[in-house]
Amino acid sequence: MASLKELRARIGSIKSTRKITSAMKMVAAAKLRRAQASAEAARPYAAAMRRMLGELAAAVQGEGGVPRLLSGTGQDKVHLLVPLTSDRGLCGGFNSNVHRLTVQTIRRLQSEGKTVRLLPVGRRALNFFSRDYADLIVDHVSGVSGKEIPFSVASDLGEKINALVETGEIDVCALVFNKFHNAMTQVPTSQQLVPMLMEERGAGDVPADNVAQYEFEPDEATILAMLLPRNLQVQIYAALLETAAGENGARMTAMDNATRNAGRSIDSLTQVYNRTRQTNITNELIEIISGAQAV
Amino acid sequence: MPVLIEIISPEKVLVSREVDMAVLPGMDGDIAAMPEHAPMMLLLRGGVVALHEGDVVTDRFFVAGGFADITGTRCTVLADKAVPVSEISIDNATAQLEALSEIWDKTDKTDMTRLSVLQDQILAVRAEIAAGAGHV
Repeated sequence: MASLKELRARIGSIKSTRKITSAMKMVAAAKLRRAQASAEAARPYAAAMRRMLGELAAAVQGEGGVPRLLSGTGQDKVHLLVPLTSDRGLCGGFNSNVHRLTVQTIRRLQSEGKTVRLLPVGRRALNFFSRDYADLIVDHVSGVSGKEIPFSVASDLGEKINALVETGEIDVCALVFNKFHNAMTQVPTSQQLVPMLMEERGAGDVPADNVAQYEFEPDEATILAMLLPRNLQVQIYAALLETAAGENGARMTAMDNATRNAGRSIDSLTQVYNRTRQTNITNELIEIISGAQAV
Repeated sequence: MPVLIEIISPEKVLVSREVDMAVLPGMDGDIAAMPEHAPMMLLLRGGVVALHEGDVVTDRFFVAGGFADITGTRCTVLADKAVPVSEISIDNATAQLEALSEIWDKTDKTDMTRLSVLQDQILAVRAEIAAGAGHV
């Protein structure tokens, strides 16, 4: 059995751990609220952009020279995967879920004879993938999560991907990230960016008779060429915001559990401590009494 | 009958309300979005979006390029960056202009696509400074 001193030290250390985890939980909760707000604020831009792209894609349908971002390179050989993770750990299975899904996708694509490239975002992903797949990594971005995410991060990333598509180095590009459902659940998802998947137009979106009448200035192709890279950036930005919200949600849940576990283990250690102390006292008393009787 | 103007930047919605007319800085010249305007999509240059109510300009926003989608009842502006004219920081913009001019000097003068992107950026920042100084 551990000595009283050892037990006291262990209880003390768990108590300070509990203080840290509960502080981290508070911080994550505050950050979560902010991240959720900015994710919501970014939604109208994405929605308006989707609507405009729908109009444009309908207008240029069947014409030649459609940009590669929309139509792809016409091949399906080289895939670029962009796993989005946080920079810091201590957020439960948040990052490993993304890693697992990415690894599964890599294995599947490789078994189909495709070439895979990686562009990890976030320090966690970089560390993880440089262990087993270092030769696949083309580039990486880190130091973005945690604070408020500027749009420039997404636009830089979008430009990188755009350049890779334009030079024909990659044929397909997909993001792998945690979709934010609520603070408890984040669902690892894979979302294809290039070639762009057009959503089926909902019946209530735009009345059909409106479409043909659109005028374009300067012309469809020019606007499309400007809009597509922008759309790529907006989608990446949305995913980055989801990741930020998810990270804080996951950390909040993980730290809540950790705080509760710490409390439980303090309780049981305290019990052991008290029992040991009582045993020691009893032993001493027995010694004294038996000493007194012997006289 | 008013038209619903929305100015949206990637980060947030700046304006969403009904006005009588909105004048947009189109790539090929200014365009006014009014009720019953034919549906139209246009590219924007860096410049000022002015919101008119009656004969008065009620609000002015600087946008650094973007897209606009005009229909008979609404006008959606997707701005790369948008700020109310009153909040423009001329110092920031001037610093940005200097940085851009430096990049311009260093850029290979045969790289036409890069140059035209830079030119658009420089024009947008100049427009921002002009708008901030009230010369529009």
